[in-house]
Amino acid sequence: MTVFLQYLANGLTMGSVYAIIALGYTMVYGIAKMLNFAHGDVIMIGAYVSFVVTSYLGLPAIVSVLAAAAVCTALGILIEGLAYKPLRQAGPLAVLITAIGVSYFLQNAAQLIWGATPKNFTSIVSFQVPEALRAYNVSAVGIVTVAACLIIMAGLMWFTGKTKMGKAMRACSEDKAAAQLMGINVNRTISMTFAIGSALAAIAGVLLCSYSPVLQPTTGSMPGIKAFTAAVFGGIGSIPGAFVGGILLGIIEAMAQAYISTSLANSIVFGVLIVVLLVKPAGLFGKYVPEKV
Amino acid sequence: MAHRILNVEAINVYYGAIHAIKDVSFQVFDGEIVALIGANGAGKSTTLKTVSGLLRPDTGSVEFMGEDITRTPADKLVSRGLAHVPEGRRVFAQMTVEENLEMGAYTRPNSEIAPGLERVYAHFPRLRERRRQVAGTLSGGEQQMLAMGRALMSNPHLLMLDEPSMGLAPILIEQIFQIVNDLHESGTTILLVEQNAQMALSIATRAYVMETGKVALSGTGEELLHNDDVRRAYLGG
Repeated sequence: MTVFLQYLANGLTMGSVYAIIALGYTMVYGIAKMLNFAHGDVIMIGAYVSFVVTSYLGLPAIVSVLAAAAVCTALGILIEGLAYKPLRQAGPLAVLITAIGVSYFLQNAAQLIWGATPKNFTSIVSFQVPEALRAYNVSAVGIVTVAACLIIMAGLMWFTGKTKMGKAMRACSEDKAAAQLMGINVNRTISMTFAIGSALAAIAGVLLCSYSPVLQPTTGSMPGIKAFTAAVFGGIGSIPGAFVGGILLGIIEAMAQAYISTSLANSIVFGVLIVVLLVKPAGLFGKYVPEKV
Repeated sequence: MAHRILNVEAINVYYGAIHAIKDVSFQVFDGEIVALIGANGAGKSTTLKTVSGLLRPDTGSVEFMGEDITRTPADKLVSRGLAHVPEGRRVFAQMTVEENLEMGAYTRPNSEIAPGLERVYAHFPRLRERRRQVAGTLSGGEQQMLAMGRALMSNPHLLMLDEPSMGLAPILIEQIFQIVNDLHESGTTILLVEQNAQMALSIATRAYVMETGKVALSGTGEELLHNDDVRRAYLGG
């Protein structure tokens, strides 16, 4: 039982990281209708920024998180403006290929700046976890990650449900021309979405590397792909879907590693995705709204 | 003469190689209902989209409230008082009725939302009953009411309606036209695009008949309603 709970704690932690990344994926997909495959690499950039601020500049952890979020927000807006905005009228394939290109560009830029040698990332959280919890492998990073994930998800639900800007985002995600006829600046809304998604990616990056401290230019790839899987699993475009998808994916992965095989864990994770999509093509929370004429 | 709200001057619009709108000119004066009628594909919707900035004319100009808006993007025109209810209603299906209406007031200060909602609910009591309902679950007629109410939330000088009767049962068409007429009587200037020429002409102050991208005829609603060519082509004899 203790072992099970330990794996559950691991799964929840990784799941929360996936969920935070997936929330960014899903927001961008929901509004820009594109899969930003460079999202995972923004995570890695965020982690590097945090690493530079703490290890090179010796500033406190919280400053490094803010710096990472700020840099990634700017990066997100920049990527969207330079790479994706000119392709607004282009086919989805052109956008997809561009996103893959941006992904490689970011990885190589990171390698050029910070080198290929993995950095040892120091966790940004360091508080004592009560003995009783430590027995179940509950770490300080784990607690902070799960809490951050819950806060982010609640914040996004509030933002899209209650604020004017958030509602405008939902309007854009449904119908851009109609949104424009409401006076909504669609380009600015898309840019804003990238900003939010990238800030979340930065936070995810810092938490990811605090939990598993090896930082290298490819650090963001696999978590990025898994978070994408989680977003599809939960129903891409849906905020609760990304959250539930991320958490479930983390738990399935941890259980597969524990009880089946470490080397097969990834195959199992993606296998589950295939099964879910066969049964429920729109994902767990995917919406299907019939059109009325 | 009344104040000229909209002046469209010899616009030409292309869809790729297709010359969709050819030298179209028309005006809308304060307090009028102006109808653009014509068959499917005559260029009526394209004309509206060009006025509201969703499309750009290659040549010609569009002037609204005395200012040139030919190259102004659609989202900048709402705050200047131009509201466009697009063809097929285009309500935000996954948002509630009230959220749709709030989006209509996107360019207005928050303090105007509550009075705006009251005004719209007064015209469309049905929307008040359904305000917490998701717009995708409304009937076609209700969606049309919502689309019109949403446009009214911006408190426009000019309301442009694209085929409000499309796909609706005759009883609902009557009702929608009654509302259009009421809006007109309460002081809203309206530019109406319709395939239902009979209905449109019966409420229009003036109308333009479009054929294959050109204005073929124009006159008062009354005149066109009794014009032999119009009767033959659009009114079934």
